[in-house]
Amino acid sequence: MIVAVLTVAGLCVAVVGGLVIGPTSIGTTRVVGDLFSHVGLGHSTLTSTQSTIVWTIRAPRLALGLLAGAMLSVAGGTYQGVFRNPLADPYLLGVAAGAGLGATFAIVNVGGGITTPTWAPLLAFVGAMAAVSVTWLVGGRGLRSNASTLILAGVAVSSLLTSAQTFLQQSSTNSIARVYIWLLGSLASASWHSVLLVLPYVAVCVVICVGSGRALDIMSVGEDESRSLGLPVRRVRLIVIAASSLGTAAIVSVVGLIGFVGIIVPHIVRLLVGTSYRRILPISVVFGAAFLVFADTIARTVMAPSELPLGVVTALVGAPVFVLILSLRRPAVR
Amino acid sequence: MSAIDLRELSVRAGSATLVDNVTLSVEPGTWCTLIGPNGAGKTTLVETVAGLRRPSHGSIAIHGTTLSEMKDRERARKVSLVPQHPEVPVGMTVRDYVALGRTAHHGLFRAASPQDRSIVDSVLGRLSLRDFAERDVVTLSGGERQRMVLGRAMAQSTMVMVLDEPITGLDLRHQMELLELLKKEVAECGLTVLATLHDLTLAGQFADRLVLLDRGRVVLDGIAGDVVRSPALAECYGMNLRVVDVDGADVVVPVRS
Repeated sequence: MIVAVLTVAGLCVAVVGGLVIGPTSIGTTRVVGDLFSHVGLGHSTLTSTQSTIVWTIRAPRLALGLLAGAMLSVAGGTYQGVFRNPLADPYLLGVAAGAGLGATFAIVNVGGGITTPTWAPLLAFVGAMAAVSVTWLVGGRGLRSNASTLILAGVAVSSLLTSAQTFLQQSSTNSIARVYIWLLGSLASASWHSVLLVLPYVAVCVVICVGSGRALDIMSVGEDESRSLGLPVRRVRLIVIAASSLGTAAIVSVVGLIGFVGIIVPHIVRLLVGTSYRRILPISVVFGAAFLVFADTIARTVMAPSELPLGVVTALVGAPVFVLILSLRRPAVR
Repeated sequence: MSAIDLRELSVRAGSATLVDNVTLSVEPGTWCTLIGPNGAGKTTLVETVAGLRRPSHGSIAIHGTTLSEMKDRERARKVSLVPQHPEVPVGMTVRDYVALGRTAHHGLFRAASPQDRSIVDSVLGRLSLRDFAERDVVTLSGGERQRMVLGRAMAQSTMVMVLDEPITGLDLRHQMELLELLKKEVAECGLTVLATLHDLTLAGQFADRLVLLDRGRVVLDGIAGDVVRSPALAECYGMNLRVVDVDGADVVVPVRS
């Protein structure tokens, strides 16, 4: 309970920080006052320029950060549960490699005549979903499909697509920098349009993932035993993987490959609240949202006016935390 | 109507036949133990009855309902399983673990009802696990842990329970304790038990009936006293076996040849 309250408090701080911190200095109280004025409490003291900065630059970026952090974290948590593997992250089954290939295809403009801003998200999304589908078809069939075959299929599909992506990227030297920027992830291109584009996917997928907590708790006794307890394991796995992958694909298509959030956030939450997915998943949604907004605030301020790639910041913060968790590893982490 | 009815059941894995044309029926409220050397197909048979494997031929009916026509949840309300090597989920309390047995009753999206909770509570009581109820499952000893796994199966409130070597790794006292608890459930609640056991002496003492399997086939099927005394049993294990009567109990002893 305390953890939940603190996490929500952290989220509030992250939201206010996301709106207040930036190259144009606008006081915290004035931004908060403006926030309240939108729900009919008091009056805003922001000028129209400041209002534009807050509402058309910072707010959509904040919203996209919240959605991305929530989705990647809860997807990572569900993957760790459904595969019973602490190293699982949302990119395990090929989402990242497929999206990377799709986006690179659009950025190097292979076919000619396609424009990056329109096509990169679309092709990334298609690539991500295609990659997961191939992984599912290759690893999910067979006489007795299990989680390990799916993971191995994911590794194979990811390697294949990543090598294709690398080949494509190297064959067009003048767009390498843009490909890298995409691969490392960024919220810089956030707009209300992109927020509304991914919102339905994220909303539905987060609800399904969080709702799967009880099933994942049952699956902690293994596939055979959960089936003997009456859990339709394969159906649950299909639904949970489909929801995690779809939500992740939607997010990745607009923000690129933000690494580490999906793997470390569920682990940190597990250390704080124990091993039950009924607690881990909802708290990961809030924690992940706050974490990514904090990371993005760092990414866009420490070297302003230029920005650090978000994937670099999450890994810079994430890697030491991850190492710390491993060194403090208690039986609770599995 | 039989509690468990196997008709011409065969189970194959690749080209190997693990269970070969087994026909067997177990009456309600009785205890049937499968014995036989390693590789005889005992585990495959109980796993198939628990719905974890598909038969490649033949059928299984539980109280008249064909197993293959049941959904996972319906099957779990009719057959519970105590596996040989249960997975122990770190960080879960004993109470929550036993409560997993109620999954098939309340489903995934409804909270446990007061009835579910009272059943879990009564199981914890019957297995003397109340004192451990709020402890992490990993803190239990082997004997306590195995009782807890039995508790999960009991919480499923099924009429049929299948157990695969439930006393593996337990000391003598805990072996007897666990089997006595199970015997009580058979006698008092009319539970039907299909178990595999390696210990022929214990198998004979607790089961109403012994079925000897070898290479997937039923070799002997009868009351315990007859089966342990049969020359076919020794032949099946490929060794000398003596049966000694100790206070009315048949003790099966291997003898060096």
